[in-house]
Order: sequence, then structure tokens, then C-alpha cells
Amino acid sequence: MAEVTSILIAGVGGQGIILAGKVIGQVAVLAGLDVKTSEIHGMAQRGGSVITHVRFGPRVYSPVIDPGTADLLLAFEKLEALRNLGFLKSGGTVILNNQVIEPLPVLLGKQKYPEAVEAQIAARFNLICLDALAEAAACGNPRAANVVLLGALAHRLPFSYPVWEEALAAVVPARYLDINRRAFARGFAIAEKL
Amino acid sequence: MKLLSGNEALARGAYEAGVRVAVAYPGTPSTEILENIARHYPDIYAEWAPNEKVALEVAIGASLGGARALVAMKHVGVNVAADPLLTLAYTGVNAGLVLVSADDPGMHSSQNEQDNRFYARFAQIPLLEPADSQEAKDFVRLAFEISETFDTPVMLRTTTRVAHSKSMVRKEDPLIPPLKPYQKDFVKYVMVPANARLRHATVEERREKLREFAANTPINRIEPGDPRVGIITSGVAYCYVKEAFPWASVLKLGLSYPLPLTLVRTFAARVKNLYVVEELEPFLEEQVAAAGIPVRGKALLPRTGELSPALVAQALYQDAAFATVAREYAPPPAPTPEPPALPLRPPVLCPGCPHRGLFYVLKSLKLNVMGDIGCYTLGSLPPLAAMDTCICMGAGIGMAHGMSKARPDSAARTVAVIGDSTFVHSGITGLIDIVYNQGVGTVIIADNRTTAMTGHQDHPGTGQTARGEPTKALDFAKLARAVGVTRVKVVDPLDLAATKKAIQRALKARAPVVVVASRPCVLLSRPAPAPVPVRPDACRGCKRCLQLGCPALSLPAGRVAVNPHLCIGCSLCAQVCPYGAIGKGDGQVG
Repeated sequence: MAEVTSILIAGVGGQGIILAGKVIGQVAVLAGLDVKTSEIHGMAQRGGSVITHVRFGPRVYSPVIDPGTADLLLAFEKLEALRNLGFLKSGGTVILNNQVIEPLPVLLGKQKYPEAVEAQIAARFNLICLDALAEAAACGNPRAANVVLLGALAHRLPFSYPVWEEALAAVVPARYLDINRRAFARGFAIAEKL
Repeated sequence: MKLLSGNEALARGAYEAGVRVAVAYPGTPSTEILENIARHYPDIYAEWAPNEKVALEVAIGASLGGARALVAMKHVGVNVAADPLLTLAYTGVNAGLVLVSADDPGMHSSQNEQDNRFYARFAQIPLLEPADSQEAKDFVRLAFEISETFDTPVMLRTTTRVAHSKSMVRKEDPLIPPLKPYQKDFVKYVMVPANARLRHATVEERREKLREFAANTPINRIEPGDPRVGIITSGVAYCYVKEAFPWASVLKLGLSYPLPLTLVRTFAARVKNLYVVEELEPFLEEQVAAAGIPVRGKALLPRTGELSPALVAQALYQDAAFATVAREYAPPPAPTPEPPALPLRPPVLCPGCPHRGLFYVLKSLKLNVMGDIGCYTLGSLPPLAAMDTCICMGAGIGMAHGMSKARPDSAARTVAVIGDSTFVHSGITGLIDIVYNQGVGTVIIADNRTTAMTGHQDHPGTGQTARGEPTKALDFAKLARAVGVTRVKVVDPLDLAATKKAIQRALKARAPVVVVASRPCVLLSRPAPAPVPVRPDACRGCKRCLQLGCPALSLPAGRVAVNPHLCIGCSLCAQVCPYGAIGKGDGQVG
């Protein structure tokens, strides 16, 4: 593992991006590492682009990731994945939820949603693609899609499974914990097979 | 050790410093400070004030009453509080008083990116700039000590990147300072000119004492490195400098006003080339240069937006002397690639948002709409594009009045739109002005029963305190009548016909009119999806429904479709569809 690991989480407001960032940060805390995370709330409650930076290692100074230096991009939506590819270093990995959320200019027919997003990403980076929404629905609640993605991410990070479970328990409200545990296990299992 | 945001750390710091009274008006990125105090520290009295001026005045009263008091606001909020602040600098405090100014470089959620460090210099009060959450927490306690030692309010200035980033924090036990006695003191607290003249001299003496303190406090420190490059920095810019140039000599300023010039001189004498890395204005740089110390800063670095390690590196490598040294440690950074040309994702009003109905009506009437700040500012974006201005909280009402006085012919086409929280903040005085000065304006209060944009804080109109206790709710219709408005109409903005009629009538009246467009924010209750029924075969593809700018509506293959996960059945689209293609199939609308 490099000195400092940088993970960018990108998606659309309302998808559970902030919670995902909290869980990763908590895992690193439990592993005894220094952590910095940074989130940006836009002007609207939901619907806008949201990104969260997470960095951990023995000593972290900057709370933001520089372009071309992220190890992993955890993308909750395909267009937002493309938008943030510039953060990844060469050889980096994208964990992609294959969901499409059309932004207003596309809904209004003024702009076109990009085509063949997966192929564009796979041409340049390692790609792990999954239908997190369907997987979460199969676990009992499509809103747990963020935790399915976390499970897939966990498979690519050097922390033990029980530490992730502990972090989930610390961050997720108790009444949703069971469903989130299942969603996490599902994401982890999918990444294991790929 | 816990991972806390800067704002969570500030709340913890207030608790550990023995704060008894905390007051704020919500504003990104400051909001979570008071939210966390209200939620986690029941020993602290916490309230939302109607605006930042009142918030500061409450804190001043608490301080004179002998209790440590913390007041928090966003950068533009300090403009509202500036009147008491600049005179508070003269009176000083009794128990400590700390003002948190949360600035927003990059304007993630603001209408300007003013650098509030100038307020500290303007008011002649000490300025603390934490770089991360640990410092945010520690600096609160230190700020109270400085406040009481030097008899001054203290400004603690964060930025979005400090307020909303998380880093490790070590907790400590809280102090429990006793309530200080209240002491009447005519010369100190009554700023009539004769007393104020005396106090101004005190302020000048205090500044020089603070300058000495700043030279010796451990939060201003030299971190030795390569003596050929010295960088003066503060706040989160320090983190970027350490990330980009771990080898450089650094003067880290935690207490950055008054600037400790002796320490700056010591540092400058030890290094060959001197640079200042700071976000926004050349606040430190100009003071260093004015002291006759050669320095480079904004000649290399941008004066707008946030910095980052890459940006700082790219900037400083432009300097030949810097680059010569820096190349020994790392190659110059690659230029940042251009962002790809992709569809933008602008913020949108939520599905079911009541403001959408109001702005659709305003657009259809082709009015001049003097706007304001809140979620409803999104009504200025296409396709609604039904709000013409956004200057500051409360501005729209005065602007509508001014426009109709300047162009009487425009009065029948001009309205002001203001949110409920904003109306209480600084709209009521504008309304009083219209009535008093015989204006004829129409003021529309977009009343969604909360302060929605910052995350649903309560205000005097909601009937709940910051801690969720029931309280008296301000009645906007009664209030409008009480200030002399005789025509007041309350409508539901999701009823397009009624809203349109009320506004048309208001515009015909040759008198001030208040229309309260009242319907709770859809996120207050988070209703389950309840998609309106659609009949694509009846749709003629006229796209009128798309003019609502609802993210739940689209026309794939030229026929209307409703996103079943987003639509909550507000029925606005059914009301605008001329062909009965939406919502009329079974008569189940709304």
C-alpha cells in the first residue's frame, strides 16, 4: 500500500455518498491510521453533483485529492464517473454503479447523455461494474445501494472484514444495520467473483 | 481519537471551553456548528436567532452577563452583524466572546467569496485560523482565553474546506468557568462619543499587546526545512503547502491578526526566498510587504477560488528561484487536464417542491422578479428562469420598491419573492419601508415552513426552537397586516390557478400587497413516491410539462414519462398539460 491512499466518491445528491465516505473514514480510524475526508454540499438539497474525498495513511495533510492521484474512484452514477475520471492515477480502479440519473439539461433534450460509459472507462482504467440498485433491492431496500458499493470497495482495500462491520455499526443507524450488513456482504461477494 | 468535521470540532471546542450561550443564523458552511451544540451539548443554551446581527447582540449580552458566548455565521452573515461587531471591539467583553466566521472560497454555496480576515483587521480584533479539525477544537478554547486576557471579542475564521472536512480529534475534559459578575461600567459599555474616544485608544494599545502575544504563542511557529525556500501560510493552505512541499521551511500562522512582524522578520532572515500561500486576498502578503520584507504571493497564486496542493505547486513552480530548489525534491507537476465536455448537472428544485408552482406562475405572467437567497434562488435557473436578481438576504423587497419608484410604469409587472426564514431575517424592514413610503409593491413570501437550503433549521415562523421545543409561531399574514399592509392573501403554490389569480389581483391593486405562498418543504415529510398516472397515447409532445423543470419528468421518444422513483404526485404537471395526458386518467391527482 502506498503511503497515503486516496479514494474519491462521486454521485448525485441523495444517493448516500456522504454516508459512504463516513464508513470508509471510520474503517481507517479503526485501523489506527490518520484520516482526512472532505465533502462538498452544493446549493440544492438533492439532485446536484456531489463528491467526497477520503485520504488515509500514516500522516495525511491535504483533505483534497489532486487530479491524477486517486487510487480508487467509487462512482454512484455513470455520468458522474466520467466527470471525475481525471482524479484517477494511471492504473487506478473505478468501482461503478451502472445507474443512470439524467440531469435536467438531458431531460429537457438540450444535451445528450454520454454513450458507452463503461467502455470509455475500461479503456483506461480497471473497471468493476455492478448494478448496485438491483442488488440492494434484492437485499430488501434499494436505498442500500451505497453500501453494496462499499462492499465491492472493501474487497480492494487492505482492511479486514470485521473492521468494516464495526465501522458500519458505528455509522449506520441501528434499525437499518441488518439490511446494510446484507448489502455490504453482497457487494463484497460480487467483487470477489470479478 | 474521533474523526470529526471542523464544525463538529468547533461544537466540541465550545463545550470544552465552558461556553454557556451559543447563537447562530444558519448559513453554509457554518450551520452544523450550532446544530451539533444543540444536539450533543445540553449544558449549553443554544438558539437560532432571526439574523446574524441579533445573534451577535445576544452573545454580547451573555458575555456582559458573565457567560462565555459563541456566535456562528457564514461570511456574508458577518456583513449583517458588522454594526455591533465594530463597536464591540471598543467595549470589549466581560466573559469571553468568540465569533466564528465560516468563509466560502470557491463559492460552493454563496453569492460572493469575500475574505473575512479583513473584518478582524477592520475591527482590530484577534483572528485565529485553524487548519484542521483538531485545531478548530483547540482554537476555540484558546480564543476564549485570549478574549478574556485581552478584553476583546475574537474572530475564529474557518473556510468550507475546514468546516466540512473531517480529521482526527483528541477530546479533552470540559472546563467549567464560573459565571462572572455583571458590572455596570458607563465608560466601557456606553459608546457615546466621549467614552468611545477613550476606548479607541484602548483598542490601539490592545492591538500592539496582541501583536506581542502573537509572536510568542505556539500556534504561530516556524517549521524549519530547506533554508532556500520559506513559506508563510495559514488555515487550510498550510495543509496544501505541507502536502506539496514537505521539504520547505514554513511559518505557520494560527493567530494571523495582528500579524506578528517580529516573528515574520525572524523567519524571513532565515530563508533565502520568501513566499506567502493564502486563499483569496493577499491579506498576509500585503502586511509583510508593507513592512518592507520582499515576498511573492499573489503574483503567482490565484486570488479567486480554493487552493489545492496541485494548484499551489503549479503556481510556485512558475517562480524561477523556487523551481530551482523544488526540482531537487520533485519534478514540476503535470498540468491539470481540461475537464471533459459532459452534460452539466445543475442543482434543481426537488420533485414536489412547492416553489416550482410559484415560479411557473411568475414565468407565465412574464414579471420582473426581485429575488433573494434560499432554495428558491433555483427558480432563477432554466427552464423556470423566473427570478431576476439575487444580491443578499432580504434585498429583493427593497429592490422591488426602488424599481417601482424609479419606473412607476413597471410597478404592475414587478414583484419581490422572499423565503419565510429570509423574510424574518431581513425582509420585514423592507416591507415596512414599502408601506411607510407609499409603495405599491407585491411581496410574495415563499413560505415552505423551514430554512430549507441549509438543511431544515427552525425559525420564528415554524413554531419550534433549535432544540425542537414548541414555541409561538410567527403568523406572516397577521404580521403583514400589523405593519400596515391591508391586502394579504394566503395561497397554496401547488394550486396554479389560485396562485396565478392572487398574483394578478395583487398587481392590479395600487397598494402594497403580501401574498403568502404557503406549503411545507417536500423534504420535511419525505413522502413516499406516488407517481401521477400518465397516458402517453394522449401526449402530443408539446413539452409544456418540461417547462416545470421537474427531474421526474422526461419525454423519451417524444411522449411523456414519469420517473416512478422520484414523482410524489404533486400534480403540477397534470395542471399544465393541455391534453389530459398526465394525471387525469382516473381523476386521482395530488
